[in-house]
Amino acid sequence: MFSYNFHWNQAFKALPQMLDGALVTLQIALLSMAIGLVVALALTLFRLSGNRILNGFATVWVEIARNTPALFQIYMAHFGLGSFGIHLSPYTALLIGIAFNNAGYLAENFRGALKAIPETQTRAGRSLGMTPLQAFRYIVMPQMLRIAFLPATNQMVWAILMTSLGVTVGMNTDLAGVTQALNAVSFRTFEFFALAAVIYYVIAKAVTVLARLAAARMFRY
Amino acid sequence: MIEIENVRKSFGQLEVLKGINLTVQKGEVLTIIGGSGSGKSTLLTCINGLETIDAGRIVVDGTDVHAKATDLNKLRRKLGIVFQQFNAFPHLTVLENVMLAPVKVLGQSKAEAEAMAVKQLTHVGLGDKLKVYPSRMSGGQQQRMAIARALAMSPAYMLFDEVTSALDPQLVGEVLDTLRMLASEGMTMICVTHEMKFAREVSDRVAFFHKGVMAEIAPPEELFGAPKNPELQTFLAATH
Ligand SMILES: Nc1ncnc2c1ncn2[C@@H]1O[C@H](COP(=O)(O)OP(=O)(O)O)[C@@H](O)[C@H]1O
Ligand SMILES: [Mg+2]
Repeated sequence: MFSYNFHWNQAFKALPQMLDGALVTLQIALLSMAIGLVVALALTLFRLSGNRILNGFATVWVEIARNTPALFQIYMAHFGLGSFGIHLSPYTALLIGIAFNNAGYLAENFRGALKAIPETQTRAGRSLGMTPLQAFRYIVMPQMLRIAFLPATNQMVWAILMTSLGVTVGMNTDLAGVTQALNAVSFRTFEFFALAAVIYYVIAKAVTVLARLAAARMFRY
Repeated sequence: MIEIENVRKSFGQLEVLKGINLTVQKGEVLTIIGGSGSGKSTLLTCINGLETIDAGRIVVDGTDVHAKATDLNKLRRKLGIVFQQFNAFPHLTVLENVMLAPVKVLGQSKAEAEAMAVKQLTHVGLGDKLKVYPSRMSGGQQQRMAIARALAMSPAYMLFDEVTSALDPQLVGEVLDTLRMLASEGMTMICVTHEMKFAREVSDRVAFFHKGVMAEIAPPEELFGAPKNPELQTFLAATH
């Protein structure tokens, strides 16, 4: 009935290789979050600028990022740009695809967070002689980042999991890529992917817990 | 000197200020009273350029507030304003709240700004709250912090818009005392208020606004003692 024989030894032997892959995964996730954060802040400013073109640009970005499959976004970064003669390595394409996605979701988080900050905060800042940008930078943004922080950690977890889509553009150094390669030569599919799943799980949980701790330290008010 | 000349202001169809003429001299304490919606807040926000005007002129120490060439961010340094909502910056401690604008707007060093902030906070009775976050303070304390925050910019004029209206009754006194102290120190002030006793005590002149018109302006003894305008008579009768 149950003809599959488990061979965990092989999987455990490959653990160091997989952990190296996990580091690459974590690196892409962190970088894509950093890029996504900066872009999301820019998109937020575009939306607040009152300039129709900037606002439109930001809206289109957010709409595409949130309403199309992340897989397509990564494909576009790899094959889509490729057809325009811009050839990105799988690593860069994956990073850009996820950063694109992160930026859209984070910008939407920020938009929600901004609604919770009364307009009178900006007025108070402007009344003290601040420029609109100063009022945003020193008064609104810190409050916005606090409100958006926990939702943003969800996005970080999502970014970690999204890295696994890299295998579709030939990524072979991250956790999913390494696992896939090991599977291809050993056919121990269940063992390798189960072990990889556990590693993903541990990383994702660790990020969530660390973020909670960091939030408690950072936001004392 | 703040010179307000024939200022008109509408929001859509609604004319909120219908030709206001008023001059406030250096060192003067002017209070503005009047019913809700009579245009008092709008006038204050026009004075510091938070609102535009449709006609007329507001000139502060020779600078036309609404002229294109005027640097409003610079002008606002000399016009402190405190609103009904306390508008504490919740992510900053009391000290940081007060230091922020002097550092970022005036370019003061941290040490300089801190010395000024401590001085102003001590002045309004919050010298022991420097490291506290606003959410830990009462409304009265938050409002006094907002006053200190405005004073730290060393403004030439202070505008107060119903600064006690959002306070629990037992906290009104401490904020009014702070305003009295400023008045006695010679600060030039325009105070919109519903506190008639306070207005009577501190004002050099009291102005009564009614439906976008400054219906009467006089020294307090005269305005409260012998009101001429019928709407003012009704208003005063209702507030006693
Ligand atoms: N930003 C605004 N947009 C539209 N109407 C406004 C705005 N601000 C004030 N108003 C209206 O202008 C009138 C005067 O308001 P305000 O100056 O706040 O009066 P007061 O401070 O005397 O109570 C009110 O009818 C108010 O609803
Ligand atoms: Mg008002």
